Amino acid sequence: MIGTHRHLTGLEELSREEILQVLDLATSMKEVLSRPLKKVPSLRGKLVVNLFFEASTRTRSSFEIASKVLSADAVNWTASSSSVTKGETLVDTARNLEAMRPDVLVIRHPCGGAPRLVADHVGCAVVSAGDGAHEHPSQGLLDCFTLREKLGTLEGKTIAVVGDISHSRVARSDLHSMPKLGAKMRLCGPPTMMPIGIERIGGCTVHHDLREAVEGADAVVMLRIQHERIGDPLIPGTREYSRLWGLNARKAAEWLKPECVILHPGPINRGVELSPEVADGPRSLILDQVQNGVAVRMAILYLLAGGSPEVHPAGGARS
Amino acid sequence: MSEASEVVFIEGGRVIDPASGLDAARTVVLRGGRVAEVAERVERPRDARAIDARGRWVTPGFIDAHVHLREPGQEYKETVETGARAAVAGGFTSVLAMPNTVPPNDSVAVTQLVLDRAARAGLARVYPVGCISKGQKGEELAEMGELFQAGCVAFSDDGKPVSSSGLMRRALEYARTFGAPLAVHEEDLQLVGKGVMNEGPAATRLGLKGNPAQAEEVMVSRDVALAELTGGRLHVCHLSTAGAVRAVRDAKARGLRVTAEVAPHHLALTDDDVARSGYDTDFKMAPPLRSEADRAAVQAALADGTIDCIATDHAPHTAVEKALEFDQALNGIIGLETAFPVCLALVRAGKLTERRLIEALTAAPARIFGLPGGTLAAGAPADVAILDPGAEWRCDPERLHSKSRNTPWKGTSMIGRCTHALVGGNLVYELARGER
Repeated sequence: MIGTHRHLTGLEELSREEILQVLDLATSMKEVLSRPLKKVPSLRGKLVVNLFFEASTRTRSSFEIASKVLSADAVNWTASSSSVTKGETLVDTARNLEAMRPDVLVIRHPCGGAPRLVADHVGCAVVSAGDGAHEHPSQGLLDCFTLREKLGTLEGKTIAVVGDISHSRVARSDLHSMPKLGAKMRLCGPPTMMPIGIERIGGCTVHHDLREAVEGADAVVMLRIQHERIGDPLIPGTREYSRLWGLNARKAAEWLKPECVILHPGPINRGVELSPEVADGPRSLILDQVQNGVAVRMAILYLLAGGSPEVHPAGGARS
Repeated sequence: MSEASEVVFIEGGRVIDPASGLDAARTVVLRGGRVAEVAERVERPRDARAIDARGRWVTPGFIDAHVHLREPGQEYKETVETGARAAVAGGFTSVLAMPNTVPPNDSVAVTQLVLDRAARAGLARVYPVGCISKGQKGEELAEMGELFQAGCVAFSDDGKPVSSSGLMRRALEYARTFGAPLAVHEEDLQLVGKGVMNEGPAATRLGLKGNPAQAEEVMVSRDVALAELTGGRLHVCHLSTAGAVRAVRDAKARGLRVTAEVAPHHLALTDDDVARSGYDTDFKMAPPLRSEADRAAVQAALADGTIDCIATDHAPHTAVEKALEFDQALNGIIGLETAFPVCLALVRAGKLTERRLIEALTAAPARIFGLPGGTLAAGAPADVAILDPGAEWRCDPERLHSKSRNTPWKGTSMIGRCTHALVGGNLVYELARGER
């Protein structure tokens, strides 16, 4: 359980305390990852099934590694998203998997709300690994974890999220979590990528000018421009996008505070939203995010699979 | 419809018949399938059948201008018979059967089949609606003349908008021959895109693609312009937005032959209800549930007559077609058996008068589509609904008469219920005593 929740389908429904519960536990989990022998028996005998309806390498691997470090068994199930053409519905697939008695079902799906639909029909815990443009809760938590680690706290910090907000589940999960930890949010992107009413989530401000959005910010989250997601003509092309909303070394040097850090959920389109010098530069926390992702997912799995406190890696769950 | 030879006295009820301006305690006498008289005091012959309507409303049978009966082709969702059974259980004694069946009703054969099935069921009167375009493909006009002669009362490509302005223009012109309205599903598909719910803050939160209100307004505005060009009759189906209300209000002020209907769900629910439901696909339909401002606008427009009538857009789908991702579930909800209580809530909230509510369910649709009924004036068909406006009940989809269960009101408490329906003087529905 995360607080009162049996499932993790979004950060909207988590309170500040519940978010902190995961982040604090992830700190202990990260310590495990730094050991020479990266294995604890906390979830021995537990089964985690990764049910992925969308191509994903890093998130799936991250959940898989998190399971294995905790000694859970992990199985990957890759499925076609067009369940209708396949003849088996999502609910059918989930029930079939449930019959194999998993403890946690990790699901990624191109449709918003799919993890919730699954959660309504199965008895095991369900963790969303990203659903459509709805939420990507483990990513939001690892972003919070990474920022807390580098900035000490999110209280009073200003965080800019730049890119295709309309299609971004990462942006929504950041917006549902970071303000609960005290951060002020700015969103930036072309108006075609800014969904109606987004400012109602977490009280963010909306900007179309990159400089205005990033000046004075403590952190900038650059989102991937996903060509495959853009069915509508949202932007004329990546070249113009890069000029107006991409971050390169010159803009970073002129507009960012010296201590401002840069995050990106990956994978990066080098030269589109981030120039290589910035992506690989000293401000970049991109690889920290990847590493912290494993620790955060360990914490999530531990809490939802009902890991026993006796075998907790740090000697007992903190709250 | 076989006309009853029996004489029926409906006694002690409050008769609300907006068409004849009546709202008073009266006895309604039905004889030979027609309304014989509505009087304060009449002697009941010993052999006449009496229905006790004390504490109830007695109104003309409701007329639903927008129902999907799914037959032929999708009998697993609904049939003419099960749909007609749901209709009379909701107080609807006449329904217009939308033509998006499989095959679509673009031929006399399909029209005949629907009429035959309706006659065999002997429940509600069923008026087929024919296609505007052959196969609802939006390319060539359907044979409207033959369809009209076979019994179609209107034309529609419902489910699909008529995207071609050129075809729509010719359809409006051609249908003038018969004086039949074109009942149009108004959405600009380019603006709808892949939208699955109203575009707005709720869709943004849910991460679902939005279908903007302007997708409807753009099409209504186009068709109002085409109605002006052609002098044709335009009936806007399931109007859902403040912008479309403005366009219809303006068209009426300019004297154009434009009418409109609104569905109970657009009067009662908003896109925030989609969010509250947690992606419940029984809250998914086209046009989608709109914003609070749109809901307020359609309520006001119904009250002031800009929107003429209430039509359910009863759209049965099976659980298999609904227990899916929100993006993939089919559009539509059933509505025949919940329309009265859902709309009656507007009366209790002070948004609508009782008289206007009944008018929008009876006289208004009868006028638009040129149907008999919609009134209890002497000589009118003996189609009557008896309603208990205070009946409290719980909407249990398993106990509804429709073959499908897709209703957003499942499990909710309702106030107001049809207790009897008579068609042509025959008692075709009576609420079981245990349920009253």
